[in-house]
Amino acid sequence: MCENCGCSITGVSAPAPQRPHIHGDGHLAVRAPMIERTETVAVLTDLLAENDRIARHNRDHFGSHGVLAVNLMSSPGAGKTSLLERTIEELGAGMRIAVIEGDLATENDARRIRAKGVPAVQITTGNACHLDARMIHEALHTLALDGLDVLFIENVGNLVCPASFDLGQHLDVVLLSVPEGDDKPQKYPVMFRAADLVLLSKWDLLGVLPEFDPERAIASVQAVGSDVPVLPVSCRSRASLARWCDWLTGQLAQHRALRRDAAQEPAHERAAAATVEAR
Amino acid sequence: MRTLRRSRTVLNATMHEFAICRALLDQVGKVARDRQAERVTAIVVRIGPLAGVEPALLRSAYTLARAGTIAAEAQLTLETSAVRIRCLACGAESDVQSNHLGCPHCGHWRTRVLSGEELMLASVELVTNTETVGHV
Repeated sequence: MCENCGCSITGVSAPAPQRPHIHGDGHLAVRAPMIERTETVAVLTDLLAENDRIARHNRDHFGSHGVLAVNLMSSPGAGKTSLLERTIEELGAGMRIAVIEGDLATENDARRIRAKGVPAVQITTGNACHLDARMIHEALHTLALDGLDVLFIENVGNLVCPASFDLGQHLDVVLLSVPEGDDKPQKYPVMFRAADLVLLSKWDLLGVLPEFDPERAIASVQAVGSDVPVLPVSCRSRASLARWCDWLTGQLAQHRALRRDAAQEPAHERAAAATVEAR
Repeated sequence: MRTLRRSRTVLNATMHEFAICRALLDQVGKVARDRQAERVTAIVVRIGPLAGVEPALLRSAYTLARAGTIAAEAQLTLETSAVRIRCLACGAESDVQSNHLGCPHCGHWRTRVLSGEELMLASVELVTNTETVGHV
């Protein structure tokens, strides 16, 4: 094959670049010089723009069903699933809850939630260290949102990766368990800055772990520029669970009220416009 | 190949930088396609310290993730920025560390982050090749 222009002529032995040669059809082929242009294009888009687009879609979907979506994050073993089990026991009668579970390999957590009589979808992330908006979107295809009040998303246990990915949730709750130490927020500023509420879990262990100073934990949350509430919680103490449940119930009421106002606003504006027109 | 596959698995398991890298290469690929580019020669990404992305890990993920893409030969430049805050109490603006976001002037902890959270594809350098075969 001709090395210059790719035609099937074979008689020409490696013509020098740009040397004209005769094609089989009698045409004179001339390889034009290559014009190579280099340009720099300014883009300035967020790297996670596609994830954020799907997250917005998820959030709209939750909104249209009046569901409050809460993303639970912590390091592995801080007590996310236990907290959910106890929350279902405390609030399950008056609040319709569902759970999306993220886990690297097992379905154990979803089984624990289902045992409490609440629908749970397990996302097994395989090797991925975090949930992203697309995984939640796919999970939503198998979860009916009708009639739900709160959807918990239990993220993969990890204080680094999940912080960067919006899932479409309305609220982020981060657990810091007493055995982890009171300086965790400053070690993981990105995660703790994302929190709308920090729960100091396994609070009942404070008696045997006097090194954990609750004041230092709160100062550490503030040091990363956050002024969110910090609540102690123990799955063995109904009083501490009640404070968390009150916070959650309050957030749901606020979420519903905001949605009602947003729904009424256009009607109100239409009425105002009609009044102006009538005048 | 086996080594490469294992490396990818490790990267997936241990860091979200690989996922972010794929998102980066998707965006670069789209820009290149829109411009009908032959190849990408340079990519500039802007990462703030509060973006939650480790530049060194992003760079090592990139060397694997770019293989076989239009950016296979592209040089990656990572521009990092400072964390800058404005104090809500005294109004001073300062550059601070990512885990000490309080105001260094008055000591108040209520501050607003002005920059340092960005994770952005800033620019792409493309080569467009126009080749014509003339029939005289």
